[in-house]
Amino acid sequence: MTLALAIGPEYYLALSAALFVIGAIGLLVRRNPLIMFMCIELMLNAANLAFIAFGKSMGDLGGQVSVLFVLVVAAAEVVIGLAIVVAVMRRRPKASIDEISVLRG
Amino acid sequence: MEAVTFFIAAGVVLAGACGVVLLKNPVHAALSLVGTLFGVAIHFINLEAYFLAAVQVIVYAGAIVILFLFVIMLLGVDSAEKIRTEPIIGQRHLAILALVAFLVAGALIGVASSGEITGVPPQEATSSPSEGGLAIDQITQDSDGTTIAPEENIRQIGRSLFSTRYVFALEITALLLTIAVVGAVVLARRPKIEFETIPEQEMSLFLQVDRPDQLSENQEEILNAEEPDAGLPTDPPDSEAVNE
Repeated sequence: MTLALAIGPEYYLALSAALFVIGAIGLLVRRNPLIMFMCIELMLNAANLAFIAFGKSMGDLGGQVSVLFVLVVAAAEVVIGLAIVVAVMRRRPKASIDEISVLRG
Repeated sequence: MEAVTFFIAAGVVLAGACGVVLLKNPVHAALSLVGTLFGVAIHFINLEAYFLAAVQVIVYAGAIVILFLFVIMLLGVDSAEKIRTEPIIGQRHLAILALVAFLVAGALIGVASSGEITGVPPQEATSSPSEGGLAIDQITQDSDGTTIAPEENIRQIGRSLFSTRYVFALEITALLLTIAVVGAVVLARRPKIEFETIPEQEMSLFLQVDRPDQLSENQEEILNAEEPDAGLPTDPPDSEAVNE
């Protein structure tokens, strides 16, 4: 039955929304800063999937180019974030993410 | 065939995402993240974005997850989470609300699935390629095939990336990467004169001092004591070099 099913962009958008919501829930629920970063990666991947699905349906290459930019931004964000986590953990081991509210502006 | 691939890869993606959120061990969560990223790469191939599928596997699964694993191993995996504290008021309720909102949105999509989600029909979008950007279907229709070759995809992306439409964003991105590298080096560098490490017991006095109703008994003890205990229970081993 599924063989005859045509997969349109709405399937990919639904999957992208599900992935984004799972990432957002993880970001709100988990307290480990590393896992929170992973959840941010999940949300960025959901955005990438939506970009490419729209680009395919519109026949425009701009979606794929945007995904390249999102990849670069995600890599830079992970590098800076992990450097901050390592710096904080080196100074203050066993700190929970809630206790690092000093970074709050 | 596309449907079968889609549903298998969607299962992989969702299972990996749930694994990232639910698994206790950060190493297991990172491995689940690899599964999710591979599933998304399969979707990219399904959507004829061949180059980005390769980039997804190389950059995400090859570089970013390895970076995560390095940091996990560096910090240790024994950091137990305290699930009780709730810094943002009502954030768990917000998470439940997000889940409910997603279910409602899914029901709405199911109801409205007969209509169109995307506004512009594909024929009109492809007939007007904007300046610099190349439409995918141009070459597809030239070769009279339904799919474009992977090397053609790479060539198109490269040409489009350096066109007048995206080249400014590309240069900004290069600048961003440079700033990220410099920032990471500055953050990870060990300063010459290090501040004295604050002991954890005294540190707990500074934390959440704006919400005194949440002071634990241990913290109240320390507050009521005449002179706080000067012991350094969690002194890292490298602080002796600083004290000399």
